[in-house]
Amino acid sequence: MVMQQEQTRLSEKASAYVSKGIVVEDLNAWYGSLQALRHISMTILPNRVTAVIGPSGCGKSTFIRCLNRMHEVLPEARVSGRVLLDGEDIYAPGVDPVQVRRRVGMVFQKPNPFPTMSVFDNVAAGLKLNGLRAPGNLAERVERALRQAALWDEVRDKLKQNGAALSGGQQQRLCIARALAVEPEALLMDEPCSALDPIATGRIEDLIRELRERYIIVIVTHNMQQAGRVSDMTAFLMMGDDRAGELIEYDQTGLIFTNPKDPRTEAYITGRFG
Amino acid sequence: MDAKRTYTRRKATNYIMTGLCSLATLAAVGVLLLVVGYTLVKGIAYLNLGFLTQTASPLGEPGGGMRHEIIGTLVLVGLASVLGIPIGLMAGAYLSEYGGGRVGSVVRLVADVLTGVPSVVVGIFVYVMLVRPMGTFSALSGGVALAIIMLPVVARTTEEMMKLVPLTHREAALALGIPRWRVIISVVMPGAAVGIVTGIMLAIARIAGETAPLIFTALGNRFGFAGLDQPIAALPLQMWRYAVSAYDTWNQQAWAGAFLLVMLVLVISLLVRWLTARRYG
Amino acid sequence: MLAGLSLVGVLAAMAASLLETARPALAAFGLGFLFSSIWDPVREVFGALPAVYGTLLTSAIAMAVSVPVSLGVAIFLAELAPRCLRTPVSFLVEMLAAIPSVVLGLWGIFVMAPAIYPAEQWLERVLGSIPLFRGPIFGGFGFLTGGLILAIMALPIITAIARDAILTVPASQKEAMLALGATRWEAISGAVLPYARSGVIAASILGLGRALGETMAVTMVIGNGYLVTARLFAPGNTMASKIATQFNEASGLEVNALVELALVLLAVALIVNVAGRLLVRRAVGRVPWGGR
Repeated sequence: MVMQQEQTRLSEKASAYVSKGIVVEDLNAWYGSLQALRHISMTILPNRVTAVIGPSGCGKSTFIRCLNRMHEVLPEARVSGRVLLDGEDIYAPGVDPVQVRRRVGMVFQKPNPFPTMSVFDNVAAGLKLNGLRAPGNLAERVERALRQAALWDEVRDKLKQNGAALSGGQQQRLCIARALAVEPEALLMDEPCSALDPIATGRIEDLIRELRERYIIVIVTHNMQQAGRVSDMTAFLMMGDDRAGELIEYDQTGLIFTNPKDPRTEAYITGRFG
Repeated sequence: MDAKRTYTRRKATNYIMTGLCSLATLAAVGVLLLVVGYTLVKGIAYLNLGFLTQTASPLGEPGGGMRHEIIGTLVLVGLASVLGIPIGLMAGAYLSEYGGGRVGSVVRLVADVLTGVPSVVVGIFVYVMLVRPMGTFSALSGGVALAIIMLPVVARTTEEMMKLVPLTHREAALALGIPRWRVIISVVMPGAAVGIVTGIMLAIARIAGETAPLIFTALGNRFGFAGLDQPIAALPLQMWRYAVSAYDTWNQQAWAGAFLLVMLVLVISLLVRWLTARRYG
Repeated sequence: MLAGLSLVGVLAAMAASLLETARPALAAFGLGFLFSSIWDPVREVFGALPAVYGTLLTSAIAMAVSVPVSLGVAIFLAELAPRCLRTPVSFLVEMLAAIPSVVLGLWGIFVMAPAIYPAEQWLERVLGSIPLFRGPIFGGFGFLTGGLILAIMALPIITAIARDAILTVPASQKEAMLALGATRWEAISGAVLPYARSGVIAASILGLGRALGETMAVTMVIGNGYLVTARLFAPGNTMASKIATQFNEASGLEVNALVELALVLLAVALIVNVAGRLLVRRAVGRVPWGGR
């Protein structure tokens, strides 16, 4: 009896813990009639970095774009299944994607700061959308975001400078700051370092490890060493015969790389394809 | 809550602005349909075989047609084409094949500048250069005026279309020992033929409807074609005079003329679209 | 090669000959030509101010109306319209550019002016105290109608170039804005339009260039006045319409004066068009070639 109560209490705690993360239930995605993702189910834990790896074209980008409802922006794109953020399905009817995207931020492969805006305005862009305009308030939030993105010290005197005038690595950190400024619950990163040099990449990887404390982080990467360095959990996706991506294996990063359970995972890890 | 109010305001703005853009498009398309619609409806009421084959009847009497004007426009367009197309093609070929240097840039700039010249100024220019010395308005000067309008357009579209022909085509021919000028004529131009032809068609559609330059050059003629060195009638020119007149029959004839012009433009536009699609589809 | 140079020759000849022919008028009136309002063939005194004013006023009205509308259409075509609508609607807008000026003028006389007349009457009744809307009204012909018809003619070119400029904006810009939680309109106005700003401005300038050079449609609906006045419903003239209506009956010095007017028109139109084209090339990379 006591064991059962204990068990229930533990499960509730576990659920409560897990429900702070992102739970993906039977996610399918299409581009028109072409299916891109098939039956993906997984639980993305909070305060962890989850890497999504797999060969090109397997649907990694499509997958994370389904997590903040960006996939449907493309013409004829469709999604089925449930994605629970904080226990609520973001695809439930009546849910506005605009609000979902405020809670789940995104950083893109190629840094894309707004070239017509200053560094400050770039970071403030999301805040201004939500009606925050009081200059004092704004400045404080911008500074906080830039500090979190480990960019504050480098740009504190250049806030008025054009956002696109920074170096590649700085631009990407600017985009991270921009995403963090609206205080999302999760941050999705689509190959954030692939356009950057190794030094800039290293700094961003350090940053990701720090950000783990406060956010759910999902990072798509084609670089397995990066996945190994940076992530706690790793998901391996692969294309099936019909070219739709499937989740092959999802486990702690250490285990995936040293002791994969699925032969396909092992083949990918050891470089036999991909 | 303030955030809630902001959110509803943002959603409202989204709907309103999207609606306004759709409204603007509706307005633009609506105006086009109104213009074309009225022209077709009013024009066809008066358009009959007589319109095409008869000449103007005496003032006040019903009936009559615009045969002189239609023939006049054909003559003028033909004249302009004879003058404008060959020179335009050559200039376009020059710009495409040899136009990289300083001279090429200057010529290109001049061509662009020429398209910005108001058609009425072109008419005045030809008046000063041809009509005055000749002492008479003439079909020739009308044709020259239209040719001047046509020239830069044909040149630039020819250039753009020829530039689209891949370099490898030229290189292959040159490697066979064919002289350059021959390569241009026998390889590049045929390769760009569809684009060049559509460009010419659009230019013709444009000058067929031009009125202003003809006021000072062709003048109009109630008695049909009298020679290249004499004034000549033109459809858009006479339409203008009929339109501003007080007589209903003349107004109606203006509509019928408009019908013809709009039909011409419509047919050419659709043809051009079809040809271009066929080429790339 | 010779053909290319012939183009240069034409332009040079144009400038030279017009200058030459206008010389007597230039000599007679000097710079005052631009600032005097009298056009009297009998006394051989000619001032161009009302014509210049008419051109400026109608162009201003045309821009005020067509830039926002064109921008709306451009945004619709580039961002908002469902795929299947884009081609047909673009085609229809292009068709608007292909309609000959004289046909539009005809439509203006018999359809637009009579339709505007009641609107003008209403405006005069309600807002008649403001000089802009004061009567008398001339059946729907006047500066306002002239400006509106120019707006119709400028719209296709502004729309085409603005749409190209918007299509040049990289998709990642819009996506970055959307990913922050922006509505569709916020993404367009916050990320896409600022990026395309120079292209949109260039489009407007080219539209203005088109409006400046227009003759027939304006001539047919602007009435035939020669006064510098703020009243929108008053009849007027533009430089182009003055030349068109006056030339065939002119003789002697009046001809020189009209040629001088043509020279002024040429200068203005040329400056605007060249500036516009340079901007477009820089902003969008290519200039669309419907010939206009």
